[in-house]
Amino acid sequence: MVSPSVKRFMRGLALAALLIPAAVQANEGMRLQSAPINSHDVASLQNGAKLFVNYCLNCHSAGYMRYNRLQDLGLTEQQIRDNLIFTGVKVGELMKVAMDKKDAKEWFGAPPPDLTVITRSRSSGAGSGADWVYNYLRGFYRDSSRPTGWNNLVFENVGMPHVLWQLSGQNTLEKKEFGRHEEAEAAFIASKTLSRLEKVNADGGNGKTSTRYVLSSIVPGRGTLSSVEYDKAVVDLVNYLDYMGEPARLQRRQIGIYALLALGLLFIFAFALKKAYWKDVH
Amino acid sequence: MSDQEVDKGKRGFLIGATGVVGGIAAAATAVPFAGSMLPSERAKAAGAPVEADISQLAPGEMQIVEWRGKPVWIVNRTKEMLEGIKKSDGQVSDPKSEVPLQPEYAKNEYRSIRPEIAVIEGVCSHLGCSPQFKSVEAKGEMGAEWNGGFFCPCHGSKFDFAGRVFSGSPAPVNLKVPPYKFVGDNKVIIGDDSKGA
Amino acid sequence: MAAADKQPVTITSAGPLNGVASGLLTWVDQRFPLMSMWRDHLSEYYAPKNFNFWYFFGALSLFVLVLQITTGIFLTMNYKPDATQAFASVEYIMRDVWGGWFIRYMHSTGASAFFICVYLHMFRGLMYGSYRKPRELIWIFGMLIYLCLMAEAFFGYLLPWGQMSYWGAQVIVNLFGSVPFIGEDLSVWIRGDYVVSDATLNRFFAFHVIAVPLVLLGLVAAHILALHEVGSNNPDGVEIKAHKDAAGHPLDGIPFHPYYTVKDLMGVSVFLIVFSIIMFFMPEGGGYFLEYNNFIPADPLKTPPHIAPVWYFTPFYSILRAVPPMFNSQFPGVIAMGVSTLIFFLLPWLDRSPVKSIRYKGPLFRAALTTFVIVFLILGYLGTEPTNVWGQFGAWLGNADRATVVARIGTAIYFLFFLLMPWYSKIDKCKPEPGRVTW
Repeated sequence: MVSPSVKRFMRGLALAALLIPAAVQANEGMRLQSAPINSHDVASLQNGAKLFVNYCLNCHSAGYMRYNRLQDLGLTEQQIRDNLIFTGVKVGELMKVAMDKKDAKEWFGAPPPDLTVITRSRSSGAGSGADWVYNYLRGFYRDSSRPTGWNNLVFENVGMPHVLWQLSGQNTLEKKEFGRHEEAEAAFIASKTLSRLEKVNADGGNGKTSTRYVLSSIVPGRGTLSSVEYDKAVVDLVNYLDYMGEPARLQRRQIGIYALLALGLLFIFAFALKKAYWKDVH
Repeated sequence: MSDQEVDKGKRGFLIGATGVVGGIAAAATAVPFAGSMLPSERAKAAGAPVEADISQLAPGEMQIVEWRGKPVWIVNRTKEMLEGIKKSDGQVSDPKSEVPLQPEYAKNEYRSIRPEIAVIEGVCSHLGCSPQFKSVEAKGEMGAEWNGGFFCPCHGSKFDFAGRVFSGSPAPVNLKVPPYKFVGDNKVIIGDDSKGA
Repeated sequence: MAAADKQPVTITSAGPLNGVASGLLTWVDQRFPLMSMWRDHLSEYYAPKNFNFWYFFGALSLFVLVLQITTGIFLTMNYKPDATQAFASVEYIMRDVWGGWFIRYMHSTGASAFFICVYLHMFRGLMYGSYRKPRELIWIFGMLIYLCLMAEAFFGYLLPWGQMSYWGAQVIVNLFGSVPFIGEDLSVWIRGDYVVSDATLNRFFAFHVIAVPLVLLGLVAAHILALHEVGSNNPDGVEIKAHKDAAGHPLDGIPFHPYYTVKDLMGVSVFLIVFSIIMFFMPEGGGYFLEYNNFIPADPLKTPPHIAPVWYFTPFYSILRAVPPMFNSQFPGVIAMGVSTLIFFLLPWLDRSPVKSIRYKGPLFRAALTTFVIVFLILGYLGTEPTNVWGQFGAWLGNADRATVVARIGTAIYFLFFLLMPWYSKIDKCKPEPGRVTW
């Protein structure tokens, strides 16, 4: 039995909601592939932790994360000490780096950001933060015009070199132009590697502007890992970063289930209690 | 009216049931709040076990190490110092360390794992000042009966080289012995006495 | 009232602790108006029996206030109000403090829940004419609570010291800079520095943790006392005190305790279910409750590409942006934003309808209120997006951003809802009010 005022309100709300899809069109930029991470895959997380400590922790800090928290991933303190700590600090310490911020700025243009909550900060309408990092780490390609020799399809003119180049090999970029949107879309969907589709308004001469579609795709190089293996390594690393952004996530959801069950029970009794009293009210 | 009777019973049951479930929910919600006041990971990390290298500690000398914000004395006790402890048996309040201020392995005559190495928290059991090392040579200021030990300047409490309190001191009990273990001959880990690495 | 006038109250109840408990209660009651307060505000406060769904939100707002204060106290135990430590201390709470993430998420979800409850509570007032005589003062206290709540949220949002925290504060404080003549000095005084900095953080912390909560508590007490003085309104807008029984109780009234204590308990349990779904399963709220950009530590040298206030401020932000600069100043926009909030204070005197509740108001008022709600929501949505979110009109409208044009129209409608109300509420063809309440 819904009061007429509520009905009126809902109608207005529905009307307003119709206008929201219009905004989604305006979402520009990279279409991000979804990162196939599984937060329950402990082996993947452990591999990711290993990759993180070996490749990322030299320049990037994870200054809010303690080494001994990695026990969440099924590791013992001794295993953490032996395999994941290279700086000789105690296992209860935070994952900081020695790189001076000023030096970093000089060398890279911007100091490498702390990565503890990087996946939380990179979420957007285009995809989750994990999706962003997943695409980013697969988006590097050789670009001799850049000081590091590398550029990135997801983060244009990034100051970071492709640290995982030995694993992926020397990826390059291939560009294809299309006149028609449908052709370009088809090629984009069919492309097997990371790609970006852009609309370019070119000057076609005679004062005419023509619209062309440029499909940029990564061409994988030859590294120590095959294309598929490199992808899997990136998935593991992103899985780890996603975990590191919020180590309590799985526990939070679990407790949430218990909380909802308890509250559901409370509601049943509270509702019955209300009905018992309100029987008298006419 | 019989209806009223039934109602009251039903109401009473529902009040009780809702109260119980609500109470449990409230208690469960209070857990994270109360728990948040426990030592955090940062506090635990700061209070983590400390390693001390005693390879350079000569007999008769003392090394001080900080653990959990407290000074911990490591003393390399000579034969005379150990004999001095035996001689003090009659002068101390708790010669057999009955009061549980030391781990099981330190409930012996020298209050230590190895007789020659003393590991004692340097915090006076009276009001928390840090007592001073007074060797047997300090008989001049400490009195003819002095067999060596520690003297607390704040209120005059005296302890022997096993950290046992002398009768008559303001301090009521012996000095605390922290959990510790040896790793090899030259390393002491204070704050950790677990077996295995 | 002298103590001698008080009738000794016999407190009886069944149970083994009966003697002790009732003895203690009597002792207290002889020295403190415990039982009279219990009677006046709970067991013999007669409220209309026809409260509906919209009447939950006052009690829920009070409940959220308690949640926010409790979680706030525990957060303050570990939070560091220092520009070099603030961001890290929040992550410390999330990871290194046992149960810290629970407390943090409860507080962040609670902030948004507070505004949802308060907006729905205010909407109830709009629908049923709860601001009409003799309840104008309740409405005024309520509006003051709303202003304090906005201030509280604004001060609190700087504390995590993320990019959104920093730049949101920078933008809003700069609004004060647009005040003619004194603007610049005023901004420096508010900030305690030339830009938002550690000085600003510390004082916002003081405001958020103690100053505004104290004022809020006082205003909430005043709000409830004023309500209990005249009695609650109801969905029909008719005064239940007009018809009383032999004992002097309103015929259509029921004692708040136990009827509404029991009903509100049920309401709280439903609220907590919805709250828990958000808190445990989607605390970021799609980026609206915990903004993604705020996971980047504040950087005074790097402005984010898109600064927007938190969702509960966005309708007013839209109005601010909709007003173009005039006389080389942003100040008119600031004035418009301020007036758009303050104009609510005037409602008791703008509404000239002979009836209180929308149930008996005519088509004009219904259309006006519906339109106002839709416009408020549209303005709110637009405030979360950059002004080019809907593209541009063609050259025929000077290539204007579609969103800006819509926001301007929306702003006009928003103000007209209030400004034309004395007229349309008067000429509206109302229905006859019932003598007694209906469901």
